Amino acid sequence: MSLLEIEDLHARAGGSEILKGLSLGVRPGEVHAVMGPNGSGKSTLANVLAGRPSVEVTSGKVLFGGRNLVEMAPEERAREGIFLAFQYPVEIPGVTNLYFLKAALNAIRKHRGEAELDAMDFLKLAREKMKLVEMDEKMMGRAVNEGFSGGEKKRNEVLQMAILEPRLAVLDETDSGLDIDALKIVSKGVNSLRSPERSMIVITHYQRLLDYIVPDFVHVLAGGRIVRSGGKELASELEEQGYAWIEKGAAPR
Amino acid sequence: MSDDAREAFVASFEVAAPDGPAWLQALRKEAISAFAAEGFPTPRSEAWRYTNLAPIARTAWTTAPATAVALDRAAIERLSFPVFACSVFVFVNGRFEPALSTPRALAGGLEVGSLAAASIERPALVEPYLGRLARSEGAPVAALNTALFADGAFVHLPANTVVDAPIHIVHLALPGGGPTASHPRTLVVAEHGSRATVIEDFVSLGEARMLTNSVTEVFLGDAASIEHVSLQREGADAAHLAALRVRQSRDSRYTGHGISLGGTLTRNEIVAVLDGIGAECELNGFYVASGKEHVDNHTTIDHASPHGTSRETYKGVLDGEARGVFSGRVIVRPDAQKTSAQQTNKNLLLSRDAEVDSRPQLEILADDVKCSHGSTIGQLDEDALFYLRSRGIESVAAQALLMRAFATEITGRISIAPLRERIDELLLARLARARAEAA
Repeated sequence: MSLLEIEDLHARAGGSEILKGLSLGVRPGEVHAVMGPNGSGKSTLANVLAGRPSVEVTSGKVLFGGRNLVEMAPEERAREGIFLAFQYPVEIPGVTNLYFLKAALNAIRKHRGEAELDAMDFLKLAREKMKLVEMDEKMMGRAVNEGFSGGEKKRNEVLQMAILEPRLAVLDETDSGLDIDALKIVSKGVNSLRSPERSMIVITHYQRLLDYIVPDFVHVLAGGRIVRSGGKELASELEEQGYAWIEKGAAPR
Repeated sequence: MSDDAREAFVASFEVAAPDGPAWLQALRKEAISAFAAEGFPTPRSEAWRYTNLAPIARTAWTTAPATAVALDRAAIERLSFPVFACSVFVFVNGRFEPALSTPRALAGGLEVGSLAAASIERPALVEPYLGRLARSEGAPVAALNTALFADGAFVHLPANTVVDAPIHIVHLALPGGGPTASHPRTLVVAEHGSRATVIEDFVSLGEARMLTNSVTEVFLGDAASIEHVSLQREGADAAHLAALRVRQSRDSRYTGHGISLGGTLTRNEIVAVLDGIGAECELNGFYVASGKEHVDNHTTIDHASPHGTSRETYKGVLDGEARGVFSGRVIVRPDAQKTSAQQTNKNLLLSRDAEVDSRPQLEILADDVKCSHGSTIGQLDEDALFYLRSRGIESVAAQALLMRAFATEITGRISIAPLRERIDELLLARLARARAEAA
């Protein structure tokens, strides 16, 4: 049974319809890559899944673990196990990373019926997870993403994912703005979180990321719909031929 | 404007003017004449343009009784900050209550106690200071305090006295039968080289219509250093008019933290004069208002000497139909070369109907200075809110977290950690209440 079931999804953002009949099924443990040109609706898909208030689902169905996702508040989705790694992680001055992550984890643990972690136990857990993304411990005392470099912000996203242990992680252009070294660190962190119980949707514009995070399936999103699906070899095809064929309305050969 | 209040106050002075030595009686007479002549200010005067005192002026206030109910120490302990060993001095409706006070660490000649007693017993320490900064002419509200204060707090730091434990002054307002007014008065004289932290904590017990009209004068001698917290947390039906006057001598350092947590009408008027070379003045303020509350911070920093530094940061959160006013004036006199002055006011409006008037003003009369000012008015950051929620943090908690983060810039400057934490808690509770009211 699918963990995530999207059927004929239509969604509006910024006053116009962006997603126009998107369907996608993700089973537990699968990694799906969603590729596509700018404006094809990749980020809108990510935002629909996380519940960004400015994106409106106009029709279609999104089921997560059999539940209607569209009716759930963003915090409820997070507690149920959805995690969005933001394309542009938000800076929150005045709130330390430590406080933020502890509050988030405890909200989720409470929801799962688990005991909340105290400061000591949390720090122990955070230290261990920080190693995954080679992050300096000092980052925990700093305000969330404030003054972080692009690479630090993305590593912080993967750290959050490692701590919150979602059932479905949506990575929205996690590779954008990363140099090759940072990309390797981030990918290594993501790969270490792959498991038979955890699914991922990796959204990217470039094939490069998929050399490091190797997907089970690749989908091409264009004009708000998935126009082609295949295995990981589809990514290499796209790399060679670019997205121009989409505009011409033909499938790549 | 109907001025029942003026008649009532003037009549009460004629019937029973507070006692005091001859010099104080003269000061009071001058003050009541100034008040009788001018009455409460109206929005016609520039300094009161955004704050209308008409509801106060048309109320026939009675003077709050000395002690209305039997109070015990436990009640005071609940109000004060039990987290650290701090000397607590309690003033009920303006009068010193030694039985409720717990003076702990009166180190090195520090004196804290009744201003009325000090004006009789130690006139040489009081007369040269009292009413010298808070003058009556042109300031009818402060004049009313001078005329009517029955007692008050007197803090004297002899030269080179360093006091580590904060001096916690609790100004407790107790309700009477009808609308009652009290006039708390505080005089702080910090002689050269002395250092202390003074907390003025304005609280009330019981919900009733009250007016607190406070005046605080702070004198800093050469190289003296005072950290001063004014915490206003009276009842929802309380109006609070506060005047703070500070004079700084050479190389002195004054750090003020003004925290206003609500009330029907709050007006904080501050004038700090940097009257010696190299004086440093820091004014921090945070205000929260919701419902139909009104909060007005009206500040003047007067650089009268060279090489002075001032930094003023006021931030506020306004919810419901609340109205905020920030008017900050920085004057740099012709002689005050090499002055560095920085002024910021930032506001967070949480509802469509909340409103704020922010007026930072610089008046620079010297030519070799470094001054800046700015003000912002904004809403909670939607992206930050979504980011927090997307990690499982519930919407109201996420809002409170962002508001607290907004306040941290101010409360983070309070140097005593337990005090800072307690004020953070009070703020968080207050902000949560504002959001709950709105919901």
